[in-house]
Amino acid sequence: MNNLWIENISRYVILVLLQVTLLDNIWFLGYINPYLYVLFILLLPLNLNQWKVLFISFLAGLSIDMFHDSGGVHAAACLVIAYFRPYLLRWVFGVSFEHQTLKYSQTPFRQRMVYATIMVVIHHFILFLLEYFDLSFILLILKKTLFSSIFTILLIIIGSMLFKRNTST
Amino acid sequence: MQQIINFLIRYKNTLLFLLLLTIALFFTIQSHQYHKSKFINSTNFISGGIYTKLNAIDKYFYLEKENNLLLKENKLLREQVASFKYMQDTMINDSVNKNYPYHYITAKVIRNQYNKIDNFILINKGDKHKVNSDLGVITSKGIVGIIEKSSTNYARIISILNTNLSISAQLKKTEHFGSLLWDGKSPNTLQLQDIPRMAPVKVGDTIVTSGKSFIFPKGIPIGVISDYKLDQNDNYGTINVHLFNDMTSLSYVYVIKNNNKEELSNFLQEDE
Repeated sequence: MNNLWIENISRYVILVLLQVTLLDNIWFLGYINPYLYVLFILLLPLNLNQWKVLFISFLAGLSIDMFHDSGGVHAAACLVIAYFRPYLLRWVFGVSFEHQTLKYSQTPFRQRMVYATIMVVIHHFILFLLEYFDLSFILLILKKTLFSSIFTILLIIIGSMLFKRNTST
Repeated sequence: MQQIINFLIRYKNTLLFLLLLTIALFFTIQSHQYHKSKFINSTNFISGGIYTKLNAIDKYFYLEKENNLLLKENKLLREQVASFKYMQDTMINDSVNKNYPYHYITAKVIRNQYNKIDNFILINKGDKHKVNSDLGVITSKGIVGIIEKSSTNYARIISILNTNLSISAQLKKTEHFGSLLWDGKSPNTLQLQDIPRMAPVKVGDTIVTSGKSFIFPKGIPIGVISDYKLDQNDNYGTINVHLFNDMTSLSYVYVIKNNNKEELSNFLQEDE
């Protein structure tokens, strides 16, 4: 249990620092930017109480807002994906999630990617929607959602390849 | 009663979600309103400190560019000093110019935004250095924004690339003035609105600040007209202004302090 906390807290610190120091300066083609810190919410322990997930996601989003001066847009986006997380997990991973025996590292790559993709797209859409706060920008919002999601998911795939755990033993 | 408690227990996650979402939306809506005090912002010591550290590394990559900019500005200032000396020698000593009310404080940008719809810039001067809210910020090339909030060591500028900000600006030649806004699209182009139709507008004309708000002195350069559209229906047109300043790469800025501001605004209040 203790180990799990240390692992998650250090993952949070590393991802937020990576986000604000490096990833926030990319702006590929002027408007495409990854938000890799959502990986922290995706990888929260599966058997964690739902109210804890909501609260932790809210605080994680709020800390990013503090760096971006963006009010509460990241907090709201993180909260929404945290709320839908258990439903999505049940839908993607099926019965094994119900029995709480599931570990991310044991799931098939394809299922993991479906889960990550849906979460990232929802997060980015809510994020840009609230950031512009104006439906006349809907095309730009959709465009940013699409390309930034692709970028974020690419980084998640690269990251999961780099930090692949050898749990086969 | 039992039923209410059961209901609360059953939907506790949804209720918590709705509660936190309301808080997040409250922060969001507040951030879309200009000049509201905010709880969540980057002028605190954690984010300010991290951005300062980051900037300390980052600045080495731009040293040469920064040097060139300073050289150019030095040249400009030298020319101005020379012409000023010439004027002083040739003209009668004018007592009006003695008390120039504006003075400048230099500051360094530690975090710059330009890709969102409401952008803010963080600088490394705050209350400790007498940098407070509602002061104008410029570079040697043109205007940058207005300080919105300050803490002890940092201040947050509401950038001209922010849809909530409007600045009074005028044509350099003819004194026709309007308000300068941003439509949220290109970080190089601003929109000048409410210019009367009889104003002689031409592509390539220079736009400067009008000095009507006492935040910026009159005549600070902003940009040149890149194209314009005159509305047939009303008497006003919209003009696209290409900025002199490259808002995507800022490093040193000047904060303008107007010493007579209180006096002037008292005058205006008496008037009303």
